[in-house]
Amino acid sequence: MAYDNAEQLEGFRLEARKWLEANCPPSMRTPMVDDEVVWGGRNATFKNPDSKVWLDRMGEKGWTAPEWPKEYGGGGLSRSEARVLEQEMRRIKARPPLFSFGLWMFGPALLEFGNHEQKLRFIPDIVKGKTRWCQGYSEPGAGSDLAGLQTRCEDKGDHYLINGQKVWTSYADKADWIFCLVRTDTSTKHEGISFILFDMKSPGVEARPIQLISGESPFCETFFTDVKVPKDQLVGRLNGGWDIAKRLLQFERSSISAGGFGGTGGSGILGPDDYAKHHVGTDETGRVADGDLRGRIADHKMYVKAFSLTVQRQTEQAKAGQAVGHTASILKYAAAKMNQDRHELLIEALGTEGLGWSGEGFDKGALKATRQWLRSKGNSIEGGTSEINLNVIAKRVLGLKEHQ
Amino acid sequence: MSFVLTEDQEMLRETATAFARDELSVNHLRALRDAGANGKDPRTRQKLAELGFFGVIIPDEPGAETFGLTGLGQILEAQGRTLAATPLLQTALIAATALQLGGSPAQQAEWLSKIAGGETTFALALDESAHFAPYSVATEAERNGQGYTLNGLKKYVPDAHHADMLIVVARTFGESGDRHGLSLFLVPRDAKGVTIAELKTVDSHGAAHVTLENVMVPEDALVGPADQGADILDPVLDRAAIGLAAEMLGSAQAAFDITLEYLNNRKQFGQLIGSFQAMQHRAAKMFIDLEMTRSCVGAALAAADAGKSDVAELASLAKARAGELVHLVSNECVQMHGGIGMTDAADPGFYMKRARVQEALYGSASWHRDRYARLNGF
Repeated sequence: MAYDNAEQLEGFRLEARKWLEANCPPSMRTPMVDDEVVWGGRNATFKNPDSKVWLDRMGEKGWTAPEWPKEYGGGGLSRSEARVLEQEMRRIKARPPLFSFGLWMFGPALLEFGNHEQKLRFIPDIVKGKTRWCQGYSEPGAGSDLAGLQTRCEDKGDHYLINGQKVWTSYADKADWIFCLVRTDTSTKHEGISFILFDMKSPGVEARPIQLISGESPFCETFFTDVKVPKDQLVGRLNGGWDIAKRLLQFERSSISAGGFGGTGGSGILGPDDYAKHHVGTDETGRVADGDLRGRIADHKMYVKAFSLTVQRQTEQAKAGQAVGHTASILKYAAAKMNQDRHELLIEALGTEGLGWSGEGFDKGALKATRQWLRSKGNSIEGGTSEINLNVIAKRVLGLKEHQ
Repeated sequence: MSFVLTEDQEMLRETATAFARDELSVNHLRALRDAGANGKDPRTRQKLAELGFFGVIIPDEPGAETFGLTGLGQILEAQGRTLAATPLLQTALIAATALQLGGSPAQQAEWLSKIAGGETTFALALDESAHFAPYSVATEAERNGQGYTLNGLKKYVPDAHHADMLIVVARTFGESGDRHGLSLFLVPRDAKGVTIAELKTVDSHGAAHVTLENVMVPEDALVGPADQGADILDPVLDRAAIGLAAEMLGSAQAAFDITLEYLNNRKQFGQLIGSFQAMQHRAAKMFIDLEMTRSCVGAALAAADAGKSDVAELASLAKARAGELVHLVSNECVQMHGGIGMTDAADPGFYMKRARVQEALYGSASWHRDRYARLNGF
């Protein structure tokens, strides 16, 4: 809002450029390395000390959350200023200072649904990366049918008491706090859900990592036994949690599709066309020798291009004030397909080079591609399965009816 | 901003959409077909001229602004919605672009205003086999005292059965398959030695095989420099592919819309068939593809207007994706309409038939995938 005309915006650009130049450490201008990603939080570790400097400076400035209100520690920038900042960061190849579910999912929802005190209490620590949040959504009996969740939350007068179990809680073993969906009324379904926040150090909370097919354990089973939660940590209205839950899922789907599921860019993995050229070989005109594989790679690359053009189109149309509808589900579905196709093609193009698990004898990038191929299978499951997203599109965008 | 239309383009889009809906419905095409018109529709040509649609990319005076290819794309998308058979792709896009890129000042002065006014229509006579292969031209143009003598056979030339003029791609040097050695010629349909054999086609738009037998044209029939016609032809064909992709997007969108309406009306087992998940998920996937293709077409139109260096790549992207989309949607349109979809009285079959023609012209999805891969270095 502050900068309406191009001239003022250019002024901001120079200012941002100067600040970034002075404050972004040189090692933060190199491609991200996996074990240097910063998730923040009470127990944050910084393998590269520059990461901490960079996070602290950006957090202090509020530029980890450029468009959030200054009042709560955000950058207070307009949409166009934030875009300029993004461009300037890209220009010097600055790493994102902070990866955070607080930034991507919880913060935007709290800004919309929380009260002033809650925002003052929680938002600044998200911006500065001091609190790491995890998401208590899925349960053993409530996956796609999320509203079927059973974790009980009882009103005990001066506090709430929580009992139950969550699953697929990303990084619950590393998180400081949880934003959690709980059942506060057992007589109805959607209208009996509330949205509550509590410290993962509270007595009665236990997180156990789950080993996945990729060999990694980013997700946990999380158990709650008589967990006491102060009453002022309920967000929104009692039994009004489902609306917050849905809104937050939109933020989650957008962040998933915007990030392309992570692991891309600077990750040491080449594209399927590069691997195909190397491991399958080329004909005398430089074309990948396996024509069928080549065609499928081309088809995939076109899908990728179409996806990025669609993100760009929706951004431009939103900026021009044109309605763009339920884009989160569209992009989430497409991003999952895109990333899974990419990894299938990578493994196919790598041949036996893509079948290593660990150790010597395999290229590092190839080993990583194999793990990411397995990881990518979750893309069509997490944050709303592809089937659920198709349901959302069919009903909310296309207006197709339910069974009578 | 490249994806957001200007106010003028938006108005043009609205006018074109309303015109196609009110005057060029699928029923109009059905009636033309039943009357044996085979895509010839002089009254529509007249109305298009009155609306100014032929001159959308031609400036009123040199240097003046136009609606651009993006503007023309809106009209083509609108006519794609109703499968309208019009001379716009061949004349307003292809011929106008070829003359703008390669025409001499005299040729431009003579023809561009006639195109803009709808007085003269054109057809690009290029392909000689059943598949798009722009450099596989064996038609010969031999120099004679006053100009050139043309001999050859052009296959399935869109609009050649009613266009006033032909733009003939002929070889002045080298062999079929060579990029170098192509030249473009303006040939009146009634020139001596031109035989136009009208074809009844599956989409009811019609087309023609064109035979050139010792056709004499003067020196000034040549558009652009001799032997270097491909330098004009390539950008013309990219823009033709983009324009056609816009038309295909319109067809796919309309076929999708009528399918959606049917899903929301037809009942079986006491339920709307659109309430079955087997239908819902297919519909949702088509919608995602539609949205993504719309982005590709928009980007390609904008890139052409901005004279960007990635026009060829985006043209292949748009045409390939539009090709896959329009097949998927038109086939699902027939399938989801059930028995009704198999009848001539219903519209789905028209979309499916036209989709095949759209796919074959200016490069199939497979042709453009191959080129996209080549342009991307693999």
